[in-house]
Amino acid sequence: MSAIDKDTGELLKTVADFDPEKFLGAFNIRSNCMSIGRRSTENIKIETKEGEPGLDIRVAPGTKDEKVYIPACVTKAGVDDLVYNDFFIGEGADVTVIAGCGIHTETGEPARHSGIHRFFLEKGARVLYIEKHVGTGDQTAKKVIDPQTECFLAEDAYLEMDTSQLGGVSRSVRHTSAKLSDRAVLVIRERLLTDGDDTAETYFTVTLDGEDSGVNLMSRSVARGNSYQAYQSDIIGNGRCTGHSECDAILSENGRVDASPKLSANSNEAALIHEAAIGKIAGEQIMKLRTLGLTEEEAEAAIIEGFLK
Amino acid sequence: MLEIKDIAFSKEGKDILKGIDLSIPDGKLYVLTGPNGGGKTTLAKMIAGIEYPDRGSIKLDGEELVGLDPTERAKRGVSFAFQHPVRFKGFTVRELLNIAAGRTLTEEELSQLLQQVGLTSESYADRAVDSHLSGGEIKRIEIASVLVRQSKLAIFDEPEAGIDLWSFNSLIRVFENIRDRRQGTLMIISHQERILSIADEIIMIQDGKVGLRGPRSLMFPLICKNDCGIRAAGEGEGCECDR
Repeated sequence: MSAIDKDTGELLKTVADFDPEKFLGAFNIRSNCMSIGRRSTENIKIETKEGEPGLDIRVAPGTKDEKVYIPACVTKAGVDDLVYNDFFIGEGADVTVIAGCGIHTETGEPARHSGIHRFFLEKGARVLYIEKHVGTGDQTAKKVIDPQTECFLAEDAYLEMDTSQLGGVSRSVRHTSAKLSDRAVLVIRERLLTDGDDTAETYFTVTLDGEDSGVNLMSRSVARGNSYQAYQSDIIGNGRCTGHSECDAILSENGRVDASPKLSANSNEAALIHEAAIGKIAGEQIMKLRTLGLTEEEAEAAIIEGFLK
Repeated sequence: MLEIKDIAFSKEGKDILKGIDLSIPDGKLYVLTGPNGGGKTTLAKMIAGIEYPDRGSIKLDGEELVGLDPTERAKRGVSFAFQHPVRFKGFTVRELLNIAAGRTLTEEELSQLLQQVGLTSESYADRAVDSHLSGGEIKRIEIASVLVRQSKLAIFDEPEAGIDLWSFNSLIRVFENIRDRRQGTLMIISHQERILSIADEIIMIQDGKVGLRGPRSLMFPLICKNDCGIRAAGEGEGCECDR
């Protein structure tokens, strides 16, 4: 493994809570468009993709309770990193994938990371996917993260995605799509915090082809400063299935949020629900916490922290 | 000692409080009662700093509270349980009560606290304080958030509203216990006969002023004759003087 510089080490800690010296499982660390460390294990093989930058991550059928770390860091201004990672999760496997991307720049120049991930879950496979995005360093430098994720869930597969972007990313456009077979379940929890002139757009498209398949999309976001967020979801029910989309957003200062949850039921056995709520922090919430001894600033911070937790 | 002098407040051209004078010695349980719209809740909010008076003085142990914000008043020992508690997306019961306590409560402390208001720690500690809780459940958590502060002055605005009979009886015992142990001063706004029956003193607020005031034994029959709107705990029962 190549030496890890200070900035990369700090980003790894922030986005993945990951120390490659201590972790014994499979991992790949990408830094400034290059792999600087990789390990495969008996059950999880990580290989360089042929023909395009990125990885093929193959989890053997039946693998249980193993983790794989795939973080990416950009620590040089002017870098425009594009990576294609495919995850092949074997039948009956049950694993955790920890991804995440951090960008740190000091010189005011922009930097970007675009991670294009595809998940192929075989029958009965289960995956917990954890992804954290963060930007640090010079606040005037544009830090852009544009993730695209495609998910294909076979019968009885279960994919839970826990994604968060809690500050410092100037612009983000996230596209996530999924196709679910019989009894497959997708759960997505997204948390977003934008500030200053940040923008963040999220687009979900989930196609429920399988009988008794289900999806639960939950987005919680806070838009501060002059930032802008857009949330768009489209759940398409093609059979007996359940779908739920929920977008909750808190506005602070001049923050703006657009939410467009869309449902398409192509079967009379599809049960689809959407909810969207946008508003500032209720004055009563602040007042209650002030009567418990918190200042107005502490109360707002506590409410936002709890909301995004 | 809480000393209130000449507190007045008007809103939208209507005089809500018309020069309230009250002296509240420490360590007793006081019940503020009286007709709806008489100014009880407004007065309590003035004490907690949720509303500000047009004139007058509110002193706690000699220190002027008027001019202090609710945070400062809370730090000086004033707590307030809202009649209509607010809900929080993202806070668990445990987290809210930790904030209220100003520290992390032990499992045992949390369990005892929730038990006082008729809830079990196992079922409620990690539940969100959001719309999934019923009106009665959220009310009990609100009361717990004030009990845990062990304040000099704890104010409860109609704590009985929205609570079932079993929990109400439990709550009465909690108030009695605090009263008997002289753990600070309790001020409860209520029309409820059972709560009036455990008061050391009853203060009637009527038409923006202090009407009658005195020990429970003297006040009970007087208040009923004055048709203050006291209700009995049971369904369909009137106050004692109606029976």
